[in-house]
Amino acid sequence: MKDEVTFRKIESQARAHWNELYDGAKPVIMVGTATCGRAAGALDVLQAIKDELSGQQADAYVVEVGCMGHCYAEPLVIIAKPGQPPMSYGYVTPEIARRLVIDYVIGEDPSLEFTLGALEENDLIPSIYDLPRFSYEKHIVLENCGHIDPEDIEHYIAKGGYEALNKALTMQPVEIIEEIKRSGLRGMGGAGFPAGRKWEACREARGRSKYVICNGDEGDPGAFMDRAILESDPHSVIEGMIIAAYAVGARHGYIYVRAEYPLAVHRLEIALRQARRLGLLGKGILGSSFSFDIKIFQGSGAFVCGEATALVASIEGKPGLPRHRPPRLTTSGLNSKPTLLNNVKTLAFVPRIIANGAGWFAQIGTEGSKGTAIFALAGKVVNTGLTEVPMGTTLRQVIFDVGGGIPRGKRFKAVQIGGPSGGCLPESALDVPIDFDSLRGYGAMMGSGGMVVLDEDDCMVEVARYFQEFTQRESCGKCTMCRLGTKQMLEILEDITIGQGRMEDIDTLHELALDVKAGSLCGLGRTAPNPVLTTFEYFRDEYEAHIKEKRCPALMCPELIAYYILPDKCERSCDACIGTCTVEAIYSNKKRIKVIDQEKCVKCGTCLDACPPQYNAIVKLSPPVVPEEK
Amino acid sequence: MIVVENSTEEQESNIQETRKILKRFGRQRGNLMPILQKVQGRLGYLPSEAMSEVAAFLDIPEMDVFGVVTFYNQFRLHPPGKHSIRVCLGTACHMKGGHIILDSWKRRLGINQGETTPDREFDLDTVACVGCCAMAPVTVIDEQVEARITPTKVDGILLAHKLAKERAERGD
Repeated sequence: MKDEVTFRKIESQARAHWNELYDGAKPVIMVGTATCGRAAGALDVLQAIKDELSGQQADAYVVEVGCMGHCYAEPLVIIAKPGQPPMSYGYVTPEIARRLVIDYVIGEDPSLEFTLGALEENDLIPSIYDLPRFSYEKHIVLENCGHIDPEDIEHYIAKGGYEALNKALTMQPVEIIEEIKRSGLRGMGGAGFPAGRKWEACREARGRSKYVICNGDEGDPGAFMDRAILESDPHSVIEGMIIAAYAVGARHGYIYVRAEYPLAVHRLEIALRQARRLGLLGKGILGSSFSFDIKIFQGSGAFVCGEATALVASIEGKPGLPRHRPPRLTTSGLNSKPTLLNNVKTLAFVPRIIANGAGWFAQIGTEGSKGTAIFALAGKVVNTGLTEVPMGTTLRQVIFDVGGGIPRGKRFKAVQIGGPSGGCLPESALDVPIDFDSLRGYGAMMGSGGMVVLDEDDCMVEVARYFQEFTQRESCGKCTMCRLGTKQMLEILEDITIGQGRMEDIDTLHELALDVKAGSLCGLGRTAPNPVLTTFEYFRDEYEAHIKEKRCPALMCPELIAYYILPDKCERSCDACIGTCTVEAIYSNKKRIKVIDQEKCVKCGTCLDACPPQYNAIVKLSPPVVPEEK
Repeated sequence: MIVVENSTEEQESNIQETRKILKRFGRQRGNLMPILQKVQGRLGYLPSEAMSEVAAFLDIPEMDVFGVVTFYNQFRLHPPGKHSIRVCLGTACHMKGGHIILDSWKRRLGINQGETTPDREFDLDTVACVGCCAMAPVTVIDEQVEARITPTKVDGILLAHKLAKERAERGD
């Protein structure tokens, strides 16, 4: 039914193209230009490399790649010279980039002072994989990210891409579903519903026209793995969708992407065009009788649209209001047709499972959660960025061994996991192996895998208030408890953070939290109180300090702190703080000691950073009572 | 919710632009969001005359269009400034001082979030997360994500804009 020759031709062309690039005589320079790299200045680095190459009349391939996950070290550059292990360089500036071109691309000096390590084991140069974090990491979905050009389908194919689709088309749809079921793959969007069962339900649902939708509405603040995957390896998601469509019998697909991710949309558009050109998408895929095509749908900035039924309403052109389930989407979804909706990561796993077999996948991870988990590490952690580890890795390993711990010698306080639906876990929960189910006992959930690390300078009441503000604003307004309950909770939390809380507020807040959980239809409302409930549970003392002593123990809440310059530490000849104060609130008194005008101070903290460490004269006081000037 | 009233000429040109965009779409309800995104991409915002035009085209009540426009954060009802400033208030940005950065922009531009400066040079808004959490706190200026913003960097960015504008006016 399928024509094997077509794919082999495509594949050998791609491999020839890849080999020409990597086994040829020219050096290859790869620059990570995903959004995170761009924010750190990767495009300037790219330009500097191109300029220097043409200025030196040197010959090299320059390739834009996606994100390797080492966001802390962006911009990242990889240089591969024939006969040498590929070298990765971090924190590259345009100046360093120019030097690398002269010293290493043209010359022979690998500039070890700028390198993060070699990307292959070798005898000469330490490899990046010798870093402790790589003994925990296992890259399946992130395997290609940062190593291939996401805008060139041949790179993906040369790395074994679309091989799984080729294999899948020789299988019966039920065999594919059986394979996914045996692999134990669960929905990576957060809920963890077994993927195979969902596929089966959609396959069995009656209806001639069916849809497959990829949920790329990654709205959790603090999660950015879906963006990185779509920007760095879009074809893995597209291939997963085609296989899913073949398995459930769908002809049309949508990728729902947030409008906040313009680069992901751009790269997906290119990827879809290239896949169509090679006959991997569209009519009669790879010479078979199976046809399927994908459209991109851009969301418009509504967090609730990550919820399956709201997302479907949004594609239908309506406000994204969730609805009751059942009927499940698999029986009545988009345009009331059976619809399979999976997260970006879930779909990206599919080609790997089909290619390597369910058994391979099922041996990774824990009893109930197979495979790997992808975390986005952000906040007060040294190595911010993405990491992929087997399910069952502990929080401590992820934060301290992979993430490198807390910067500047501060103490760990909590980790906020799972975004607005998750919770804040204290140190005592650090040794729990993380999977879909293990964190529920602690009142949190793995969710989509966003992890924001908090240290001693972060106020837990403020964290709770922040998430409450977020869910309150993003509540679609359908359910009364979610619409009004979150508003009430937010107002109480606001009062506490400005020092106007009362002790009885804690009980009211607790009661409201339980009511909102019980009285809401969708995941947004049902999990919205989690940040409040977990901070109550583990950090009640901070709530009490705010209420009873009008004091913020973490010195964060602006209404409860004051900046103060210690007169006996302030150096007369220094006025670093005066120069940097953005509102001119600092003046020099008669003894040339600097003083902050509390009326003018906006508590931005710039002076604290500006005060030279040898004086260290600026402190935050809470409660905000400043000693009288003598 | 304030809906800006435009002069007759402005309204007429907005309607013409909207009609041009509508020609490229079919009349299914599912096209509502893509249409609105294109119209906003062209006009910078969604004036009421454009929304009426879209409603008539899709044969749905104007209220349904307005409902969708006000439901999603991305759509705006007032004209934008020449440069858009989006302060990220995602979790990581917030914990690393995003609210302080928002204060700095408000103070320097003299406007609140959701507003445009009187000279229509800048508009200020917040965004829930742009996925650059590792670079927190960030601000998106037009399409460019500026990483690790501090109050002094806010001043620097505004100064750079002012100098670039002066250079452009001098014709350098």
